[in-house]
Amino acid sequence: MAQVVRSPKVYDVCIIGSGAAGGTAAKVLTEGGLSVVMLEAGPPLNPEKDFKEHVWPYQLAHRGVGVGGEFRHELGDEFMAPNGAWEIDGEPYTSAPGSQFHWFRSRIVGGRTNHWGRIALRFAPVDFRARSTDGMGDDWPITYEEVSPYYDKVESYIGVFGTKENIPSAPDGIFLPPPVPRCTETIVKKACDKLNIHCVPSRMAILTKPVNGRAACHYCAQCGRGCITASNFSSSQVMIPPAQATGRFTLMTGAMAREIVVGKDGKAEAVAYIDKATRSEKRVHARAFMVAASACESARLLLNSRSTLFPDGLANSSGAVGRYLTDSVGSSAGGYFPQLEKMPPHNHDGVGGMHLYMPWWRYDRKNDFLRGYHIEFGGGRDMPGVGEFDGICKDHEGYGASLKQHCRTRYGTYIGFAGRGEMIPNERSYCEIDPDTVDQWGIPVLRFHWQWSDNEVKMAKDMQETFRSIVETAGGKFISKARPDGRHPYGIEDGGVIIHELGTARMGSNPKTSVLNKYCQAHDVDNVFVTDAAAFVTNPDKNPTLTIMALSWRASEYLIDQAKKGSL
Amino acid sequence: MATKSISRRDILKTLTMGAMAGSVLRVIPAQAAEYAHHMVAAEKAATTAGVYTPKFFSPQQYKTLQALCQAIIPEDSDSGGAKEAGAPEFIDLLTSENPKYQLRLGGGLMWLDAECTDRYGKPYLDCLPEQQKEILDLIAYRENAEKDPRLSQGVEFFAFLREMTADGFFTSEIGIKYLGYIGNTYLLSFPGCPPVPEA
Repeated sequence: MAQVVRSPKVYDVCIIGSGAAGGTAAKVLTEGGLSVVMLEAGPPLNPEKDFKEHVWPYQLAHRGVGVGGEFRHELGDEFMAPNGAWEIDGEPYTSAPGSQFHWFRSRIVGGRTNHWGRIALRFAPVDFRARSTDGMGDDWPITYEEVSPYYDKVESYIGVFGTKENIPSAPDGIFLPPPVPRCTETIVKKACDKLNIHCVPSRMAILTKPVNGRAACHYCAQCGRGCITASNFSSSQVMIPPAQATGRFTLMTGAMAREIVVGKDGKAEAVAYIDKATRSEKRVHARAFMVAASACESARLLLNSRSTLFPDGLANSSGAVGRYLTDSVGSSAGGYFPQLEKMPPHNHDGVGGMHLYMPWWRYDRKNDFLRGYHIEFGGGRDMPGVGEFDGICKDHEGYGASLKQHCRTRYGTYIGFAGRGEMIPNERSYCEIDPDTVDQWGIPVLRFHWQWSDNEVKMAKDMQETFRSIVETAGGKFISKARPDGRHPYGIEDGGVIIHELGTARMGSNPKTSVLNKYCQAHDVDNVFVTDAAAFVTNPDKNPTLTIMALSWRASEYLIDQAKKGSL
Repeated sequence: MATKSISRRDILKTLTMGAMAGSVLRVIPAQAAEYAHHMVAAEKAATTAGVYTPKFFSPQQYKTLQALCQAIIPEDSDSGGAKEAGAPEFIDLLTSENPKYQLRLGGGLMWLDAECTDRYGKPYLDCLPEQQKEILDLIAYRENAEKDPRLSQGVEFFAFLREMTADGFFTSEIGIKYLGYIGNTYLLSFPGCPPVPEA
């Protein structure tokens, strides 16, 4: 008995999604004087209640691994900030035969910024000129110089620590001072120095000094659990509150967008959404729309917005919506470092993530593969967790006093390394609407197609070799499950696993091969913008979140400018 | 508890309003954050007291589980063992919710008792200490299964129980203390690394 309820109010802008892109747009647009309504498919967030900061594993009956141990060795455990998951009940997605794709989604105010790694890296000038540089992929319709002022704005506002390094592959930004390295990091840096691999302070959206009334980090290493003092960046705590403070912001939670409705004039006029609480369909009207639901979810919404004017989906006359899907190339390994056995117990927590990292360092020579990767690493005397002693138990076997002591001796002596490299878009990696499946709200779901190409596999191989040389140079014993063959050659992860999926509504100057113009505005429908990572043309070896915010900020200012000119 | 008279919510509300005066962001000022964190931790630390009633294992099996856990990680002069750390409770709870664990651990315990009955005429718990040691020494190492394939199921069972026992012990309060983990606290600055001994 679906009853369509029409809201009489017409907002200036309707934003779909409350994460990095949506949150940034909400802040900028409302502060610029526009009235904004935001649709979020999940519930509101209450940090005091929802965050498990400072909880010990033994304070939870399942010690953090959930009912039946379902999260043992999984990313999302009971400690993680709420509502991010690989699977959502009643909201499936599918993979085409032979394709392996994993989609981490979040249904809560703030989206995945509640759990992200806080790694905040600028793209380099060369990343915007991919095709001009090596003939593969495409150039962006914008340059680093055009985006740079927006990186400045984002960094200044959210707070990012780091250091000026003058590394061409990793442009400097506006940085807070970095935290000093941990023991594990000093050992790795020494080895990297010998190998001529850059190993420099990481760039993370965590405050080492108070910024805009937010307290500085208190070094509990638990950013992924959510931070009660908002000392790290999340859209829910840093972007949404200032939008609310303007009095021009309406947040609708439990609102799952189904379709963007187009008027006779070919302009978007409303979003039809499912109000999850009542399972009824409603509409919200606006003069402009910012789709910011995450790259694939945004593509899904456009593809599901079919009409007589746009039979292949909204803004899809190019057929590029859902295409050019990429994720980061991920491969990991680690090492056992005997010198760490001798470390006296000490506080190793630090910020929630790495204090040092390795930006791409071989930009000045020809390699076996195109593009590059950076290396993230971590380990040491972290808070013990379920599953952590599996490897040690397997190695030692036996039982009793010697096993117990061996676990203590080996505790904190492992350092893990993870490469994050650039994937070049290919024709076999994309998403489309699954013709056979709808979710529990009746909305057709996505079907993923995925294939790595040789370039990515070569990159993963190189990562493994680099990890080995770092570990062995540092006096450690290399440990890797990666094999040259099989489903995951050289340890390359399945598509989507690194959670940097993007490119599904890319920008470009040619409307025949791209969805958006350089302001994230749809070529086909000028009051529709897509401001999440769907807009990206390349997926360089830098985590996308900072660039999502910079582009969303830029698109929002453009929209305000249009509104002032009366063309909204 | 000194904090009983005033609720955590009241405190957080007050702190938050203080922060609002200077900022549109809903956050807690630095000087008050530590206090708030302690209160949150104390509240979330409320543990259940009393005797644990096994949810999956029979009373007899649970006693065997406790004995095995304690054999895997025993009490010593530095700390209590897996039993004191609550590992059997943790294992029973997860097993009660997970059919795969029920097969591996529930079935494994029955395998052990059957094997002990074959060898010694009694289930594991009733065996003499040297008999218990003999069978554990057999199933605690993969190479024994390679020599004698009849042991392979027992070796698989024990390997999984060893991991689960380590999980239960090292995520407990006494296990974390035993390891020497220091942290999960509020620091004004991160101290960095003490001198690293040479490799």
